[in-house]
Amino acid sequence: MCLAVPAKVKTVRKNTALVDFGGVTREISLGITSDVQKNDYVLVHAGFAIGKVAKLEAEDTLKILQEIKELTRRVENA
Amino acid sequence: MRKIRLMEVCGTHTMAIARAGIKKLLPPSIDLISGPGCPVCVTAQGDIDRAVQIARSKDVIMATFGDMLRVPGTRGSLEKAKAQGADVRVVYSCLDALNIAQKHPLKKIVFMGIGFETTSPTVAATIQEAKRRQIGNFFVLSNFKLIFPALSALAQSRKVQIDGFICPGHVSVITGSRPYEKISRSYKIPCVITGFDEADIIKGIKRLVEQVKNKTYGVQIEYKRAVEEQGNKKARSVLNKVFKTDDARWRGLGTIKRSGLKLRKEFSCFCAEKKFKVKLPKAIEPKGCRCAEVLQGMIFPEDCKLFKKGCTPQSPVGPCMVSSEGACAAHYRYGK
Repeated sequence: MCLAVPAKVKTVRKNTALVDFGGVTREISLGITSDVQKNDYVLVHAGFAIGKVAKLEAEDTLKILQEIKELTRRVENA
Repeated sequence: MRKIRLMEVCGTHTMAIARAGIKKLLPPSIDLISGPGCPVCVTAQGDIDRAVQIARSKDVIMATFGDMLRVPGTRGSLEKAKAQGADVRVVYSCLDALNIAQKHPLKKIVFMGIGFETTSPTVAATIQEAKRRQIGNFFVLSNFKLIFPALSALAQSRKVQIDGFICPGHVSVITGSRPYEKISRSYKIPCVITGFDEADIIKGIKRLVEQVKNKTYGVQIEYKRAVEEQGNKKARSVLNKVFKTDDARWRGLGTIKRSGLKLRKEFSCFCAEKKFKVKLPKAIEPKGCRCAEVLQGMIFPEDCKLFKKGCTPQSPVGPCMVSSEGACAAHYRYGK
């Protein structure tokens, strides 16, 4: 239940932000995090950003996820 | 030589460990045991009964997170209440429940709130928003739990030997690492905060084993990309403005002092427990169900006679099989 997914911030509004979960865009609340800016990576839980994720590592994770997706696709098609 | 026993106290870790088959990769001298980390599983029977009774009340729309629906109370689950005509809805966020309240001004919307420090600040922020928008038909049933009093209770308990805690990554995003220091110091038990990738978890286990071997008991963060020592101060400030600590009942662990949250006076108009004075049946836990022992790491799911026999994910008896993050569901799906 404490699942939180990293997403990239596309636009920041007053108390909300549009974020990108690798292709899926969603509006989330910024009600419990400070200093969120465009292009930051945030962890999203139950519709809220709960914290920021270090950019390099988040990009690393997203890259690995992409590689896994690619591998799974290749295995499935083999 | 006795085994090293490490306990994870987060349902998301339970599932990640099972899915990746980490237990099978470890040497037989290391046992991983699941603790009370799944919020659905630790919700006391009486609290489920209250939610079911409220859901059956006139003009109520009950909103909650998906896993809560199928947990059997003394007289049925929320799912059963829904089948019998109650309006029970699954939401992704507490904000969704607030929006339902705004759309249905003649109904009373009750959010059955469960979860640890990761979730409760999101609900606190929603309650502040309800106050700002002056929404009078929105109520919260607060069954939130705090993980640190439970860790203390487990560390003190003589029922089970624990050599180290694999600490929850996303709870720690909010709390930071400092609250673990008291636990590790007081009970001489190492704590390592870790993330949810397989590599994160294995690194966390390695750090704990090193500490056990070296007889040290410190707090380490192995999820530095998300967790900072001081945590998320804003989230904690929102939480503390809306809620205060209170004693809470846990399935398996009983009542633990100051381990729950209740609404502060200024926000008591949103308190569902106050709004709905429902008559509760005497809480009876399912016969033969050993979730209480599973939740304390005293037994493995396989030790319960009902496991895979009377109790399956399709027809669960206890909450540890209902919840997709429960230890029994994890063992059923991925093996021991």
